[in-house]
Amino acid sequence: MAFEYAPAPESRAVVDIAPSYGLFIDGEFTEAAEGKVFKTVSPSTEEVLSEVAQASEADVDRAVKAARRAFEKWSALPGSERAKYLFRIARIIQERSRELAVLETLDNGKPIKETRDADLPLVAAHFFYYAGWADKLDHAGFGATPRPLGVAGQVIPWNFPLLMLAWKIAPALATGNTVVLKPAETTPLSALFFADICRQAGLPKGVVNILPGYGDTGAALVAHPDVNKVAFTGSTAVGKEIARTVAGTRKKLTLELGGKGANIVFDDAPIDQAVEGIVTGIFFNQGQVCCAGSRLLVQESIHDELLESLKRRLSTLRLGDPLDKNTDIGAINSAEQLARITALAEQGAEEGAERWSPACELPSSGYWFAPTLFTNVTQAHTIARDEIFGPVLSVLTFRTPDEAVAKANNTQYGLSAGIWTEKGSRILAVANKLRAGVVWSNTFNKFDPTSPFGGYKESGFGREGGRHGLEAYLDV
Amino acid sequence: MSEKTEKTERLSVFKTYKLYVGGKFPRSESGRVYEVTDSKGTWLANAPQASRKDARDAVVAARKAFGAWSGATAYNRGQILYRVAEMLEGRRDQFVREVAGAEGLSKSKAAAQVDATVDRWVWYAGWTDKIAQVVGGGNPVAGPYFNLSSPEPTGVVAVLAPQESSFLGLVSVIAPVIATGNTAIVVASEKSPLPALSLGEVLATSDLPGGVVNVLSGRTAEIAAPLAAHQDVNAIDLAGADEVLAKELEIAAADNLKRVLRPQPVDGGDWSATPGTERMTAFLETKTVWHPTGALGASGSSY
Repeated sequence: MAFEYAPAPESRAVVDIAPSYGLFIDGEFTEAAEGKVFKTVSPSTEEVLSEVAQASEADVDRAVKAARRAFEKWSALPGSERAKYLFRIARIIQERSRELAVLETLDNGKPIKETRDADLPLVAAHFFYYAGWADKLDHAGFGATPRPLGVAGQVIPWNFPLLMLAWKIAPALATGNTVVLKPAETTPLSALFFADICRQAGLPKGVVNILPGYGDTGAALVAHPDVNKVAFTGSTAVGKEIARTVAGTRKKLTLELGGKGANIVFDDAPIDQAVEGIVTGIFFNQGQVCCAGSRLLVQESIHDELLESLKRRLSTLRLGDPLDKNTDIGAINSAEQLARITALAEQGAEEGAERWSPACELPSSGYWFAPTLFTNVTQAHTIARDEIFGPVLSVLTFRTPDEAVAKANNTQYGLSAGIWTEKGSRILAVANKLRAGVVWSNTFNKFDPTSPFGGYKESGFGREGGRHGLEAYLDV
Repeated sequence: MSEKTEKTERLSVFKTYKLYVGGKFPRSESGRVYEVTDSKGTWLANAPQASRKDARDAVVAARKAFGAWSGATAYNRGQILYRVAEMLEGRRDQFVREVAGAEGLSKSKAAAQVDATVDRWVWYAGWTDKIAQVVGGGNPVAGPYFNLSSPEPTGVVAVLAPQESSFLGLVSVIAPVIATGNTAIVVASEKSPLPALSLGEVLATSDLPGGVVNVLSGRTAEIAAPLAAHQDVNAIDLAGADEVLAKELEIAAADNLKRVLRPQPVDGGDWSATPGTERMTAFLETKTVWHPTGALGASGSSY
C-alpha cells in the first residue's frame, strides 16, 4: 500500500511583500515616468502578489545615466574593494535565503524544494565565486589589467528569476561594470528584493539598477546608445532580434537562448539512474528550462523496459501547492506559457504521436499542466523540433551510436545533451560528437558557478560561469 | 655563319587565376572575370568574379570538409599548417612579386611582408595543440563530479579578408580559423586578389584536405551577402568589410545567430604585430562535460 503524505507547507510568513514596488534607479525606488504599473500574480493561485512600476523608455534613459555616473568610481575601485561588496551580497543572500526561496516560489510557481535546494544555494555561490575574481582579473588569461566595458544592459527570463540575475550581475560587477537589469514581467519580485540587498550591502548608488517591465522595456534598454554590453537570456526569436539591434554598434553581446536537449540512453545504462535523470531532465522546474532534456533518445532494445519504469516513476510525482515541501511539480509560470504548452502538446497528438500522462489531479485555480510524455515521435514532429518549455517529453528511438548522435544533433539548437551508458569510452566518443555546450553524462541538469554554461548554434553565444564568464564583461 | 643571331626576348607564360573550392580550381560558374591591376594601373590578370552560386558551392565544400578536419588530431593539423609554411617558403619569389604588384611595395618591403606571412603560418601551426590547454580545463565544481571544459571549432566560417594587406593580412585571418579546426570560405581582397588565389595553389599542395579553405575572388559585397545569410555558415569574420557593409552583414548573420567578428582596429592597418588569441577564440565554442565521480564501494563506482 502507498502511504499518504500529510501537507507540509512552508510558511509564507517569512516573506513580507509590499503592495507596490517602484523602479530601482540610482539607489532609490522611484515611480515610473509615465506612472504605469502592472500586477504580478502567484501562478499557483492567481492571487495578486503586488503591483509593480513599469519602466518606459524615459526610465531606461534615467537608469542608464545613473549607471554611467556610477561607472567611473565603481570601475576605479580596487578589485579587492569590489570583491568585498560582492562577498557582502553573497552573505546577505545566504542569510535571507529562506525568505527569498519562499518569495521565488510564490512569484514563479516552482516547488519550494527547488528554490530552497537549487536556486538559492546557486545564487549565493555565484556571488561568492565572482567576488573572488574581482581582484584577480590580471590572472584570468585576458591580458594584464583587462578593462570593464561600461554599462551593461541585462534582460533575464522568468524561469530562474534570481539565479539568472546572479549569473548576470555577479560577473558584471566583479569586472567593474555597472548594471541596468530588466527582470521578466511575470517574476519581478526577487529582483526588487535584490535591490534591497544592495541597499543592505551598502553598494554605491547607481551600480545596480532594476527596471521591471515588458518586452518594450527590454528593447529600449538593448537599443540605448550608451549601453556598452548587452546580455540576454530568453527565447531564440528575441535573441535574433537583439542581435539585429546591436548590429553595427560596438556593443558586446552574449545570448543564452533556447534548446531542445537530447537525453540519450544506451542499452547498457543503469535503468533506475537513467529514469531519475530523465525525470530531472524534463520535469525539473516544470520543464521550463532552456537546457531541459526534452528529447529522450532511447536505444530500441530497451525502449519498452525503460518506458515502463519511467511511467511508473512519473506516477509517483506529486503535483500541487508549490509551497508544500513534498511537491515535485509546481505551477506553470503564466497563463500565456500554459497556453503555449497546451497548444504544442495538442499538436503532438494531432501529428500522430502517442500521448500519456499519469493519473493526476490538477488544482482548480492557477496554471497547471500534468507531466506528459509522447511516444512514437519522429524527427519531423513539431514536438521533436520546437522548444516546448514545459513538462512534455518526446521519446524517440535509435539503434546505433551514430544514429543517436545524428538525431541528437538534428536541431537548430545546441545547448545541452545527456548520455547514459556504463561504457566510459562511449561516453567520451559520443560527448565529442554532440554539438552542445553542456553534456551531462550519467547525470543531468547540474549547475555550478565554476562551470561554463552556454550554447552552440541557435542556442546563443558566450558563456556564463567560470573563468569563461568573465570574458563577456571585459574589453577583450 | 657571319650572320648575327637575333636575340628575341622570351614571351612569358601568363597564369589563369582561378578560384579554389573543394580542393579544385574552378573558374567562376558565372563565367565572369574582372581586371586586376597593380597600384599604377598596369594590367596584372583577369581574376574570376565569383557569384552567389560559387559562394554556395564553397559552403557545401567547407561543410563537407568540416567533420574530418575538426576531427583530426591537433598534432596533425599543426603538421599540415607547418607544411603550408614550408610550401610558401619555396614560392617566396612568386609571392614577393605578387605582393609588390598588389600593394605597390618595393621588392624589399614586399619580401618583408612575405617573410612575416610565412612566420605567421608557423606561429599558428604551433597553436593547434596548445589553445585547448590555454582556454579549456577542469572546473572545481562543488559536488562529486568530474567537469571539463574544452574548446571546439564553431564550424564553417566565412572570412572577408582585409582589403589592403593582401597577403599578411589574408593569412592572419585564415590561419586562426583553420588552426582551431574550423573550415573557411575566404573572400579575397577585392582589388588585390592574386596573392589569395595563389595561396590556394599552395594549400592544394600542402596536405590540407580539399574544402578546408576555399578562396573566392570578386566583389566583396556580392559574395559576402549570401554567405552572411547562409543557414549552413556558423560564423563570419568581417575584417574586409567597410562600416556600412559590416552592419548589413551583421544583420543578415543574426538570422541563424552566426558568431560575428566585427572589423577590428587592425584591419586595413599594420598586421605585423604578433596576434593574441582573440582570432582563435572568436571561432571556438566551449563544451563542458560532466560525469559523477561517485564513491568506490565493494561493487565499484556508484552514482
